[in-house]
Amino acid sequence: MKIPENKLRFDLQVIASWITPGSRVIGLGCGEGELLAYLKNDKQVRETGIELVEEKVVRCIEKGLSVIQGDINQEVHDYPTGSFDYVILSQTLQQVYDPLTLIRSMLRIGKQAIVSFPNFGHWHVRLQGLFTGHAPVTPQLPYQWYDTPNIRILSIRDFRAFAREMGFTIQKEVAINTDKQDKSGRIVTALPNLRATYGIFLISRKKDRLWEPST
Amino acid sequence: MYHKTSRTAEMSEYITHDQSGRSVGIVEKQFFTFAQPPNEMPLDSGARLGPVTLAYETYGTLNPDRSNVVLVLHALTGDSHAAGYYSTDDDKPGWWENMIGPGKGIDTDHYFVVCSNVLGGCMGSTGPCAVNPQTGMPYGMNFPFVTIGDMVRAQKALMEHLGIDRILCLIGGSMGGMQVLQWCVQYPENVCAAIALATTMRHSALSIAFNEVARQAIAADPNWNQGDYYGKKQPDVGLSVARMIGHITYLSDEAMRRKFGRRLQDKEDFSYQFDVDFQVESYLRHQGAKFVERFDANSFLYITKAADYFDLTRFRGADSPVTVFSASRAKFMVVSFTSDWLYPTYQSREMVQAMKKSGRDVSFCEIEAEWGHDAFLLPNQRLTDLVRGFIDSVYEDTGKQAAL
Repeated sequence: MKIPENKLRFDLQVIASWITPGSRVIGLGCGEGELLAYLKNDKQVRETGIELVEEKVVRCIEKGLSVIQGDINQEVHDYPTGSFDYVILSQTLQQVYDPLTLIRSMLRIGKQAIVSFPNFGHWHVRLQGLFTGHAPVTPQLPYQWYDTPNIRILSIRDFRAFAREMGFTIQKEVAINTDKQDKSGRIVTALPNLRATYGIFLISRKKDRLWEPST
Repeated sequence: MYHKTSRTAEMSEYITHDQSGRSVGIVEKQFFTFAQPPNEMPLDSGARLGPVTLAYETYGTLNPDRSNVVLVLHALTGDSHAAGYYSTDDDKPGWWENMIGPGKGIDTDHYFVVCSNVLGGCMGSTGPCAVNPQTGMPYGMNFPFVTIGDMVRAQKALMEHLGIDRILCLIGGSMGGMQVLQWCVQYPENVCAAIALATTMRHSALSIAFNEVARQAIAADPNWNQGDYYGKKQPDVGLSVARMIGHITYLSDEAMRRKFGRRLQDKEDFSYQFDVDFQVESYLRHQGAKFVERFDANSFLYITKAADYFDLTRFRGADSPVTVFSASRAKFMVVSFTSDWLYPTYQSREMVQAMKKSGRDVSFCEIEAEWGHDAFLLPNQRLTDLVRGFIDSVYEDTGKQAAL
């Protein structure tokens, strides 16, 4: 795997390394557009982003990116089937109310989807719960139970089982362990569900399955 | 021609010297006349009009390959004077001085900016107050109905006259935004990118209703005289009431609450007269009185009707806006404002949805703003950042394509 050498966050570097140059990419919850800007400039992709927060949308458009302000769960419906080569959901799955519907929509509008999320199976999380009796607070999950946006608690192992049960094909899977700022990191191969801070999956629909828009 | 000499914006009260002190400086209104009989311009209504004059202004410098053109389209009561000053002792600059100029959102150091007064207007372009060559008298109600499509057709003729084939970016708010959208589907080959601000694909019943009340106010003024008032008493009362209605739609509940509340104008208590008591009454009367000095009542009738007739979703008999946008080639940016109740955000979202479904490249942002529909004209850093970022990226992209 060729990792791009720049200041991209480590998990985004991994995602970027999976994208074919010149492809069509949509980033759901694209923030200030760091990944999309990298992909546009270094991989010549045709990019689109969806972002809820007005100021972040302005920062994206300033970077020359095409971005629509809105709710990802709603905005995905408008795209014709197969509009994109990759649909990226970076570190947002754990905040989605209806993950199955969203992932089905992603695999309708795109040929492949890339999903990343913080791994709640990490030993740090497990030990905190075990020894302190409190809901875990870690560098990757820095919230208290009452202010966390993370409403879906999942581990790398959970996502694998989810994909199997719902009929998504996992094309690629990488578990990573990052430093506190997430700038640098490394790939975890041994005991990933215990040792990785993030899981990143490239998924596609099974060949004969095509999900129609839910609305 | 009887056209009024002063100038405007949707809300001329906002026009002020730019805080930055930067300006395009002294500018000149120019005129282009075409469609001389017997080659009159065909109109959507089936009528023909000629000769047609457009008043226009340009700022910045056209580059050698003519690839840096930004065409600005004005709103209902705007004009060609978008930026700069007519003379050194001019007390007010053009209506979008905060957006157009050196180093501003539409940067005249880099782009060649064109703005023309719409067909049917009264600020130098041919409209009902122009002289009908067949009678030697002002057209008045003999002026043919014009549409947003006709306005755009006339602008296309101006572009050809200026030797401009490809427009880098169109930009306009409100009725200017309608012209932006119309351009993209009427002349898809001639537009690279488009910015539509605080606008709609078609008027809602609410918007038509406000316009109709405004038109009725003019028609009810005895001085209107079926449009035949040039050189006589003007329908000032009707036109000022029409303007007052307009101003209500340009603000918002919140804007009015903040700006006026229930505060009284120069008095401690109610007068118990049908005189001005509240500040909001004083404001509306003032705006109405100022407006009649610079605008022609018949132009107001014709232009509001053109805005009411506008329906992009039915362009050339299309069955849906998705079909309509499929014909365009432009990269779009759509911007709405939270407190705009004339063209609310849901109308911009409908437009964006149709653009997405038709596979167009589109960006959309809803700017948090308390000043209602008029927010697009006011200095706003977010809006400036969006406009600058979008135009710069389009210019960069077209440069890359040209290099290939």
